[in-house]
Amino acid sequence: MSQESGGKAKAKINLNRVSMPKQPADTRRQTFGEVALGYSAEDAAREAARCIECKARNCVAGCPVAIDIPEFIAAVKSGDLAGASRVIKRTNALPGICGRVCPQESQCEAVCTLAKKKAPVAIGRLERYVADWELGHHPAPEASASPPTGRKVAVVGSGPAGLTCAAELARLGHAVTIFESLHVAGGVLMYGIPEFRLPKSIVQAEINYVKSLGVIIELDAVIGKTLTIDELLADGFNAVFVGTGAGLPLFLNIENENACGVYSANEFLSRVNLMKAYRFPEVDTPLKVGKEVAVIGGGNVAMDAARCAVRLGASVTVVYRRGREEMPARIEEIENAEEEGVAFLFLTNPIKFDINDQKWVSGMVCQKMVLGEPDASGRRRPVPVESSEFTLAIDMAIVALGTRPNPLIARSTPDLAFASRGTVVADEATGLTRKKAVWAGGDIVTGSATVISAMGAGKTAARDIDRYLASL
Amino acid sequence: MFPIVATEELVPRVRLYRIHAPRVARKAAAGQFVILRVDAHGERIPLTIADWDAAEGTVSVVFMEVGTTTTRLARLKPGDVIADLCGPLGNPTEVENFGTVCLMAGGFATATIMPIARAMKAAGNRVIIVVGARNKDLLFWRERLAENSDELIITTDDGSAGRKGVVTEPVKERLERGERIDRVIAIGPSIMMKFSSLTTKPFGVKTIVSMNPIMVDGTGMCGCCRVSVAGQTRFACVDGPEFDAHAIDWDNFMARQRTYIDEEKRSLEICRCPTA
Ligand SMILES: Cc1cc2nc3c(=O)[nH]c(=O)nc-3n(C[C@H](O)[C@H](O)[C@H](O)COP(=O)(O)OP(=O)(O)OC[C@H]3O[C@@H](n4cnc5c(N)ncnc54)[C@H](O)[C@@H]3O)c2cc1C
Ligand SMILES: Cc1cc2nc3c(=O)[nH]c(=O)nc-3n(C[C@H](O)[C@H](O)[C@H](O)COP(=O)(O)OP(=O)(O)OC[C@H]3O[C@@H](n4cnc5c(N)ncnc54)[C@H](O)[C@@H]3O)c2cc1C
Ligand code: SF4
Ligand code: SF4
Ligand code: FES
Ligand SMILES: [Mg+2]
Repeated sequence: MSQESGGKAKAKINLNRVSMPKQPADTRRQTFGEVALGYSAEDAAREAARCIECKARNCVAGCPVAIDIPEFIAAVKSGDLAGASRVIKRTNALPGICGRVCPQESQCEAVCTLAKKKAPVAIGRLERYVADWELGHHPAPEASASPPTGRKVAVVGSGPAGLTCAAELARLGHAVTIFESLHVAGGVLMYGIPEFRLPKSIVQAEINYVKSLGVIIELDAVIGKTLTIDELLADGFNAVFVGTGAGLPLFLNIENENACGVYSANEFLSRVNLMKAYRFPEVDTPLKVGKEVAVIGGGNVAMDAARCAVRLGASVTVVYRRGREEMPARIEEIENAEEEGVAFLFLTNPIKFDINDQKWVSGMVCQKMVLGEPDASGRRRPVPVESSEFTLAIDMAIVALGTRPNPLIARSTPDLAFASRGTVVADEATGLTRKKAVWAGGDIVTGSATVISAMGAGKTAARDIDRYLASL
Repeated sequence: MFPIVATEELVPRVRLYRIHAPRVARKAAAGQFVILRVDAHGERIPLTIADWDAAEGTVSVVFMEVGTTTTRLARLKPGDVIADLCGPLGNPTEVENFGTVCLMAGGFATATIMPIARAMKAAGNRVIIVVGARNKDLLFWRERLAENSDELIITTDDGSAGRKGVVTEPVKERLERGERIDRVIAIGPSIMMKFSSLTTKPFGVKTIVSMNPIMVDGTGMCGCCRVSVAGQTRFACVDGPEFDAHAIDWDNFMARQRTYIDEEKRSLEICRCPTA
């Protein structure tokens, strides 16, 4: 059947991607409500019809969790949304999240056959449409549960890596407990990515789905402190998966960077997203927002911090040491930030902060840069321009320069092997670490990456853990 | 959920709570802290573990009512639950036989130095405790402090108990007389820790302080708790909370503690009188 319709569609390939309806920029600036509004039923039908269900099925290989994309899109075409949801959930427990925050343009959509014509099928938007339809219409479909195996697995960290690993193992009949240090599950999905890009109700609904598979989540459990990995193994867990992410923020190491008003992006975003400080004083966690805020960095985290600050009434300038083309953030998010009035200073690097007599930050001394020879990462290295210093008057700075793993696991598990940046050494094909019965995946292994790559790693490890448990 | 087993008002606005938290109780060591969240709208605040009982599965905290969260906490009764509590966080106090150890405490730290005093004595040290309070009505646990030390010195601002003055004076006198003190541990309000540090510095006595910066997660994720130590940025929750007092940038630290003063005032007014 798919060949027939594929053959027919080939005759009239439709290159008009259905655009995503969005809130207008000036409304957005006032609210934490979601920016992208999601497809209507008609939008979804039109976009799904563009998939030619090609034989090559390139898209599937581009998805780190290998969703059967043509099959779910075919179900959307035939109006069977429950069926589409079942196909997705077979391989992805968190579709509402992925459909929103996956960098589709460099994953499934990058390799879609229609990408050659610069009009890949909007796979992420369709995935989101199906996930939202399901959340709105139905409880999660029954998962085909395997009989209990009597094996126990501890998953450390409840970010996308841990949740995916836990869901996979639970489906295979293993008893899984997730240990999470914070008071809510979800990792960066809860504390980092803002409500206006990823509503927390969606995250919690998908976590509830993982729980419905039988996964137990223990909050307020700091592994390395409350319990150690060795204690988990001694307490009857047959295997441990470590998915504790890379949450420790890096700073610039420049003068006065511990001044009042200089935040890490993680602190600013945690106060806003995790602690809901934008609702202070209705909630107890306070937040300060400057009038003139500089955000330092060019990644997704910098864009999120900048756009949160805009919503809290600040005038925001993103300061980045390379150019717009070199920014690691998703183009869509850069455009969203620009539309919302965020200003950008490219080829600019801070060299020190000035402070006032209250020890509060009052300025940021910057240096202009030019791009020189490519560095190890292949990007052209920024080189300072002599005597180009100038001062930006600011009353708040948010540093978004990247993160690395926190030291809790390393200090409490000395026989785990670590790489130079504090990441855990794990086999790429299996997730197995150098320690017996311990697997790891996600940002703790790769350093900050993406939601979907963390999920892929969780899944890979689950498969190998299952194999190991069967051998016991 | 973490049920409160018992509460006790030690002196006005300072309370001891015994809380059921068996996993934390099993692991606690002197110098560590917990982070708790009173309820669903609550902020996360750190409190030092003042005592623990692994068999009973409880930890005790002693807190001073200063703002919204501690006020909300003070309204709870035995049987009520605390929404979240995690720990034990931070590194335990470094304990070995140093010789003579002098513990200086003010405010809630009068209680939180107890586990340190016990551990230092158990390690074979001679322990001197110096406790300061504004007046005799704010002093508590005199007997317990005496039992757990070789010498107890009390100072009050008004001279209503012990000697009149502040905690740094008796320590300074001893050091000037050439008495040997191998290590000082000072815990209390920042200003007291800063002056304790200034007191011992000229004599080169190793001095440890337990830093109490503003925290959010307590696991090394937010960077809010950073402290400048010997010109380097350290995170109090995972690298501390105890640091070498002589290496700390106190002015920066004390300024950072005041970051939310205006918001805290406003929040407390609403907390005291919700209709305001
Ligand atoms: C602001 C921001 C925006 C981002 N935007 C995007 C985006 O749009 N698209 C995208 O694909 N990616 C994005 N990312 C990256 C993505 O979120 C991460 O790559 C992904 O979350 C990593 O997943 P993880 O499961 O490895 O770790 P995390 O999501 O970091 O989860 C780790 C969990 O482990 C817990 N933990 C840590 N230590 C312990 C311990 N000792 N004991 C118990 N629990 C512990 C943490 O509290 C946390 O809940 C963004 C990241 C940030 C910070
Ligand atoms: C490691 C550590 C151990 C501590 N141990 C104790 C203890 O045993 N007993 C005790 O009474 N207090 C202790 N504190 C201080 C205690 O956390 C604060 O008094 C409390 O957070 C005040 O909250 P509030 O809302 O009642 O008051 P607020 O009015 O909100 O704050 C009063 C002051 O407390 C500080 N503070 C505010 N929020 C936080 C926060 N989230 N984290 C840390 N400090 C904050 C600020 O300097 C602020 O000006 C400790 C702090 C740290 C970091
Ligand atoms: S999970 Fe991400 S990569 Fe996979 S199909 Fe969905 S959007 Fe594409
Ligand atoms: S590659 Fe593109 S066109 Fe082909 S099946 Fe996948 S989504 Fe459809
Ligand atoms: S409290 Fe967040 S890093 Fe220490
Ligand atoms: Mg407070």
